[in-house]
Amino acid sequence: MKQNTPIERLYNGVLKENPTFVLMLGMCPTLAVTTSAINGIGMGLSTCAVLMMSNLIISLLRKFIPDRVRMPAYIVVVASFVTVVELLMQAYVRPIYTALGLYIPLIVVNCIILGRAESYASKNPPLASFFDGLGMGLGFTLALTIIGAVRELLGSGSVFGVNIMPESFEPVSIMVMAPGAFFVLSVLTALQNRFKAPSATNKGDKFCSGDCAGCMDKTCRIMERSDKE
Amino acid sequence: MSKTLNVSISPHIRSRETTATIMADVIIALVPSIAVGVWVFGARAFAITVLSVVSCVLSEYLYEKLLKKPVTVTDLSAVVTGLILAVNLYSTAPWWLPVLGGAFAIIVVKMLYGGLGQNFMNPALAARCFLLLSFSRIMTDYPKLDGVSSPTPLVLAKQGEVVPVRDLLLGTHSGTIGETSAVAIIIGFIYLCARGIIKPREPLSVILSTGVFVTMFSLIQGNPITLNYLAVQMLGGGMLLGAVFMASDYATTPVTPWGQVIFGCCVGFITALIRCVGGGTEGVSYAIIISNLLTPFIEKLTAPKPFGPRKERAAK
Repeated sequence: MKQNTPIERLYNGVLKENPTFVLMLGMCPTLAVTTSAINGIGMGLSTCAVLMMSNLIISLLRKFIPDRVRMPAYIVVVASFVTVVELLMQAYVRPIYTALGLYIPLIVVNCIILGRAESYASKNPPLASFFDGLGMGLGFTLALTIIGAVRELLGSGSVFGVNIMPESFEPVSIMVMAPGAFFVLSVLTALQNRFKAPSATNKGDKFCSGDCAGCMDKTCRIMERSDKE
Repeated sequence: MSKTLNVSISPHIRSRETTATIMADVIIALVPSIAVGVWVFGARAFAITVLSVVSCVLSEYLYEKLLKKPVTVTDLSAVVTGLILAVNLYSTAPWWLPVLGGAFAIIVVKMLYGGLGQNFMNPALAARCFLLLSFSRIMTDYPKLDGVSSPTPLVLAKQGEVVPVRDLLLGTHSGTIGETSAVAIIIGFIYLCARGIIKPREPLSVILSTGVFVTMFSLIQGNPITLNYLAVQMLGGGMLLGAVFMASDYATTPVTPWGQVIFGCCVGFITALIRCVGGGTEGVSYAIIISNLLTPFIEKLTAPKPFGPRKERAAK
C-alpha cells in the first residue's frame, strides 16, 4: 500500500498500529472510562475529534514552531480543541459528559495525541496528518468500545444498555470496577499475542512494513543502519 | 556396583519432606475446622467444600494440559487452595460461586504468574476478595442457624452486644464454613506447629497485634473496651483462620523470622484499621493480601547480614 495516503493512514491507525492494542498508549482513559460500551464510544470519539484537529493544525504549523518550545506549543493547540469538545459535549451529550467527568479535560495530556503530534504531524503534510489523526482516533474508539462492551456484558449483563444476559445471570460487578479493566485488557492482549497479531510485544522484522515515518518502535535500529549506509 | 559403596554426587541425605507432604499436613490441619463447619451448617457446607476443591484441581489440570506444561496437580497445593477458599465461604453460597472462585484463584492468581511459589498473593484469599467485590450481596448472606437469622459475632460486637465465649470456641454461631470454631482451628495450629510446617510466631504476631491495635483504635475513638469485645476481635471472624492458614503461606509471606513478625503486625494493623475505622466488620482477608504485596519490601528490610569482614565499598 502506498505510504501516507488517507486510506493507508486509516488502516494504519485502526488495525496496524492501533493506539490501544498495539502501541499501548492512552492506558489511563482506556482503563478508567470503559465501564460501558457507550462510555467507550464517547471517550473514543471525543479523543478522535481532538486528535484530527490537533494533528491538522500542528502539521500546518510544523515549519513555524521552534523545536525548543514544541511541547508547550502542542499543548496549547491540543488544549484549545479539548476545551471546544468539552463545551460541545456539555451542551449536547450531557449524560456522557457526566459519565466521563474529569477524563474529558485530561484528553489534553493523552499520550496518543502528544505521541502523534510528536512522531507524525510534526514531520508530515497536513492531509496525511489529518487522516492519521482520524485513523488513530477511530482505532482508539474501536478499542475502547470493545473493552467497554466486554466489561459491560460481564459486569452489568448488558451491551449499550440493552439487557442480553438471561435473568439468572448474576453480574460480576468487579468487571466494571478498576480491576476488571486490567483483566479485560490483559486477556485481549494475551489473545493478540497468541494469534501473533502485531502488539507492543510482537515487534521486529516480521511485523515491519519498512515504513519508518509513523513507526513508534523505539528499539528499532533500521533508521540508524540506513543512515550509516 | 555394590549398594553400600555407591559413589554419587552430593547431596547424599535428602529430607523426606516434599511439597506434597507439607500440603498433606495442611489438609489434615484443616480437617477439624471443616468438620465443625459441616456439623454446624449441614451437608451443604460439605458440598461447597468439595466443589471448591474440585474446581481448583480441575482448573490447574486443564490449564497445564492446555498449555502443554508438566501437570503439578499431585503436589496437592491446588487441594489446599480449594479448601482454604471453601472455609472462607458461607454455606449459603450458590453452587457456581466456589467453582468460579476456584478457577479464578488457580488460573488468574496462581498459574498466570508462573504457578506454585511464583504467585505474589494468596490465591484463595484473592479469589475470596474477587467474589466479595463481585457478588457482595451473596457473599455477605450469612447462613441462618436453627431457622433464625443470626449475625456473625463481629457484627454483634460492633453493635455492642456480648457474645458468649463458649460459642466462639465451639463454633455454634454464624459465619463462614471454617471460621466459626476457635478450638478446631487451634487444634490445626498445634498440629502444624508440632509437625514443623509453620512457626508459631507468625499466627501469634497477627493475633496479638490485632488485639493491641484494636485496643489502640478504640482508645483513640473513645469507645469502651470490654474483655469480651477484645475476645471477639481476636477469636471471631476470619481472624484465627487467616492467622493460622493464610498468614503462614510459604510463597506469599516473608521467609526471614523478623520479617514474619513484621508481616504479622502489618496484618494486625490493617485488620484493626478496617474493623474499627472502616465501615466493614471483616478485614482479615484484605489485610492479608495487602500485606502480601509488602512481602518483598519486608524481606529486603530484614535480610540477614552475611557473617565476616565487610568488603570495601569501592569494590564495584
